[in-house]
Amino acid sequence: MFDVEKIRDDFPILKTNLIYLDSAATSQKPVQVIDAVDEFYKKHNSNVARGLYKLAEEATLQYEEVREKTRNFINANDTKEIIFTKNTTEGANVIMRGWGEKFLNKGDKIVTTILEHHSNFVPWQQLAKRVGAKFEVIDIDDTGLLDETDLEKKIRGAKFVAVSAASNVLGTLPNIQKICKLSHENGAICAVDGAQYTPSMKMNVKKLDCDFLSFSGHKMLAPFGAGVLYGKQELLEGMDPLLYGSEMIRSVSIEKSEWAELPYKFEAGTPTVDAIVGFGAAIDYLNKIGLEKIRTHEESLIAYMLKRFQEIKGLKIIGPRDVKKRGSLVAFTLEGVHPHDISAMLAEDNICIRSGHHCAMPLHTRLGIPASTRASIYLYNKKEEIDQLVESLQRVKQIFG
Amino acid sequence: MGESLEDIYQEYIIELYKNPLNFGEIKDADHKAEVYNAACGDRIILFLKVKNKTIEEAKFTGQGCAISQASASLFTKYLKGKKLEDLSKIAKNDVLSLLKIDLSKNPTRMRCALLPLDALKKALKTTTL
Repeated sequence: MFDVEKIRDDFPILKTNLIYLDSAATSQKPVQVIDAVDEFYKKHNSNVARGLYKLAEEATLQYEEVREKTRNFINANDTKEIIFTKNTTEGANVIMRGWGEKFLNKGDKIVTTILEHHSNFVPWQQLAKRVGAKFEVIDIDDTGLLDETDLEKKIRGAKFVAVSAASNVLGTLPNIQKICKLSHENGAICAVDGAQYTPSMKMNVKKLDCDFLSFSGHKMLAPFGAGVLYGKQELLEGMDPLLYGSEMIRSVSIEKSEWAELPYKFEAGTPTVDAIVGFGAAIDYLNKIGLEKIRTHEESLIAYMLKRFQEIKGLKIIGPRDVKKRGSLVAFTLEGVHPHDISAMLAEDNICIRSGHHCAMPLHTRLGIPASTRASIYLYNKKEEIDQLVESLQRVKQIFG
Repeated sequence: MGESLEDIYQEYIIELYKNPLNFGEIKDADHKAEVYNAACGDRIILFLKVKNKTIEEAKFTGQGCAISQASASLFTKYLKGKKLEDLSKIAKNDVLSLLKIDLSKNPTRMRCALLPLDALKKALKTTTL
């Protein structure tokens, strides 16, 4: 049974009358995660992969245990394919610098989509500039789904394709399975941004057959600073590291250095051990409840939100209406009221909601709007909060007449 | 909704948002600048017409939140008749006192309110002559 009140009990910050509808920016953290970090500092704190004393061995073991949990969470073949990063953006940069700059050449085609967050857009745009590649962007149709014809046309002849598994504005869930397959048929590498997907939907990299997957722990109950880049082993073996220095080294002489084996080659410097330990606790928490149940809960809330939003005159929903085709958020505009004013007014009712371009400026330009307001949910949100959101939005409408 | 909200969203602010003052372009402007608040998508384009070293006309276009738009309305009204040599003396507090709302605890909204001042500074550096 999915008991939202029981879940809310685990989140100290939600006990303060807060209506938190910005989980797409970052999720709140359950006490199990906070305690795991706390306990690490109180009982196990030391650097990893260095000391031989008990404390250091414990820290290293804990850190590596989370790597195994992560492997299992996304069903990767081997822990060598699990690289810990700070966040999704860092993962994209590892691919850009380590694979893109090494293997792409002048005239090659790089493809992404118009619905991307800047973190899955700017690295590829800049990569194209650096290597002299063509940069093409798949368009959306009127309903906010990727334009299938344009998609097939643009992937043809591509060498690299980057796509999000879930849009952070439209909510759209592109058919990543199809995009990966199409990319491979064209001899292209396919990188998936899972930032908005992995918190509540099962990612199976083996089944999906993506070449890379990048995502952030902080959007799925973990502390800031724990991110993951998955890459197929044969690709990672051939890549150059993004960061050079300690921890990623096998041997160093005055003349040359040799890189450590996977995944350490990509983990230069002291990692965010505390955050990774917390990330392990977050995975345990999600596994215990079950992603399927979380997704079902979210679907019913999103369906309810879409329905209630239709009662508000002048409110325009952005993106697909079919709840099965969208993730955990609804962005919208309200006629006559700037998004910034909406979120400032809702803040007075303790409602945390985001306004702006949500780091997706090309998409907002495509939609012909300067900004939008976004309500995003997670496992701890409930129907009553959506009722309060709707009530507050009605009052905003009233004030702006 | 609490008191502080009513403090910020005064009726005259919302009125200025709906019916801005000095909204429009000056075709033969002597100074013009566009500023953009990337955090929320506010955009203001300020136009200035100068005669006898004095601002003869000030207008703006763009789109943004109620605070930035109301601020631009009041600020363009304030600029008219100001001597060019006095423009560099205009400070943040001068702009905030036009709005008559307290934004000291809202650093993000403060940026919206001060956007027209940014536009003025930029406009003075760019002459269209």
